[in-house]
Amino acid sequence: MIDIGLLIFLVVVAVAVIHVRNLFTASMLFAIYSLLSAGLFVVLDAGDVALTEAAVGAGISTLLFLATLTLVDREEAPAIKPWRHHWPALLVVGITGAFLVYATLDLPQFGDPNSPAQTHVGAQYIANTYEDMGIPNMVAAVLASYRSIDTLGEGFVIFTAGLAVYALLSVPPRRRRKNGAHDKAAEKTGEKSHE
Amino acid sequence: MSDNKILRIVARFLIPLIMLFALYIQFHGEYSPGGGFQAGVVFAAAWILFVLIFGLDLGLEVIPERAMFVLMVFGVMLYCAVGLANVLMGGMFLDFSVLLESPQAAQQAGIITVELGIGITVATVVMLIFTMFARRKREQDALEDEA
Repeated sequence: MIDIGLLIFLVVVAVAVIHVRNLFTASMLFAIYSLLSAGLFVVLDAGDVALTEAAVGAGISTLLFLATLTLVDREEAPAIKPWRHHWPALLVVGITGAFLVYATLDLPQFGDPNSPAQTHVGAQYIANTYEDMGIPNMVAAVLASYRSIDTLGEGFVIFTAGLAVYALLSVPPRRRRKNGAHDKAAEKTGEKSHE
Repeated sequence: MSDNKILRIVARFLIPLIMLFALYIQFHGEYSPGGGFQAGVVFAAAWILFVLIFGLDLGLEVIPERAMFVLMVFGVMLYCAVGLANVLMGGMFLDFSVLLESPQAAQQAGIITVELGIGITVATVVMLIFTMFARRKREQDALEDEA
């Protein structure tokens, strides 16, 4: 029951994110979306994922959205001609969506003991974690010990992300030129957002 | 930066609790949900709350930018060092079992150390990214004031 309610809320929030034009509201709705997913993960007994989703999705990424919004316009520029230029995009999204729905037909049932996720190495981890490590949290055991090279890679990804942001933002900002072609476009979108 | 008294007092009360919770997630990760990633993010969130309320300058006095750079390298290097220590002691890279006499204790020690490395890197990278954004805003405002 709870998961159906949460899923309905997820859909409502997702539709609201698309419709809202104010980016500040949109990032707040994204935070709510993440919090709802975290709740859903808790219902599914995935505590580690729920904690990550709540901390990263609802917390830090919202903060970074807000930090970005202090640097740019808060209103999304309206589409130039509504409904006219979006047919190819709609086609692509429709076809991709149809493929994804078709793919879900092949997914194993929820909790199916014969699904690949259960029959591969997972069973081995579940059977041996306590014997090998003496700790009850299998997620920690898989992340840090059985699959520790993957986690090392993730650590390097985070490190590289930090370096990349530093490389991009440590360059001092340039003053906006009134006559530059680039800034004309920026001014146009700025005017539109005031309409 | 906020002069709102309620915000300041509530933050002063909350920040130590958030940091304590981050340490709990970090070092209790083998027994309950949690680990280096989540702990690092929560710890950085506490620092960001401090910066939002008391200002970037005070925040950088607590954890200087230089310390962030050193620590974010230190975290990944700690991870690699644990892996290499295994090789030196006759095991395989990141195998952990050879670190101590009892394989179970060795596994736990290895897990705790690499999670600590991940936690340090994640926390400092998030802090650094937020610092860059906050400083960008300030530089842009300074430029607009000149113009």
